Amino acid sequence: MQYLTDRKRAVGKGAGGSGTEHHWSLKISSIALAILIPAFLYIFGRALGQDRATVLATFAHPFPAILTGLVLVIGMRHFAQGAQIMIEDYARGGTRKALIIGVTLFSYAVIATGLFALARIVL
Amino acid sequence: MADVKRVERPLSPHLSVYRPQITSVSSIFTRITGNGQVVGFVLGVWWLLAASVSDDAFATASAVLTSWFGDLVFTGLAWAVWYHFFAGLRHVYYDSGRGLDVPTAQKLGWACFIGATVMTVLTVLVV
Repeated sequence: MQYLTDRKRAVGKGAGGSGTEHHWSLKISSIALAILIPAFLYIFGRALGQDRATVLATFAHPFPAILTGLVLVIGMRHFAQGAQIMIEDYARGGTRKALIIGVTLFSYAVIATGLFALARIVL
Repeated sequence: MADVKRVERPLSPHLSVYRPQITSVSSIFTRITGNGQVVGFVLGVWWLLAASVSDDAFATASAVLTSWFGDLVFTGLAWAVWYHFFAGLRHVYYDSGRGLDVPTAQKLGWACFIGATVMTVLTVLVV
């Protein structure tokens, strides 16, 4: 038996079922990335092309390590959420679900691999 | 839902009949540049993982990422990052309810392309 009225269940949720949560979450991560990315581009761009010892020394420092960790986690989650919007625009039904699950799991895999590499370098 | 009646409805004119406008082009570029950046993440993580593992692994990853093709990809990615950066900020600005009139929206669209190109040149010069 449904205790909530139809109106109560619909208010604030919209067609997506979760209201503006997805949009708001993307908005927060976009602000975070806008702050992080310029510094990250500088550090990563500088390190790219250097020899291994220099790269290891660069990312062993606290600031580049923390920054890279943040960019990895927030960036890949931002990607997965943004890609989900694209998938929802172009795919339907089972394909849509499979692609969303795939992109979500892929983002976790990239995050885990990147953090593992960072941990090995820092520790 | 067993017996859905199919109705022949007129289709609205679609993409092909519209002349590309800066507002629509800047919108689709936001999506392309945003999703395309995943290539950079994968290559970057591979490179970082290789650095953490061994000299041989790093030599391979570094050779691929700094080859002429790697340079091309990362220069393209730098443009994508900066384009998405400006386009994202534009969306934050739009969300405040401002900048939505046609002349302003068109100017902001051009600002994304110009800003991204200028910042990419700067990035390539600095790093």
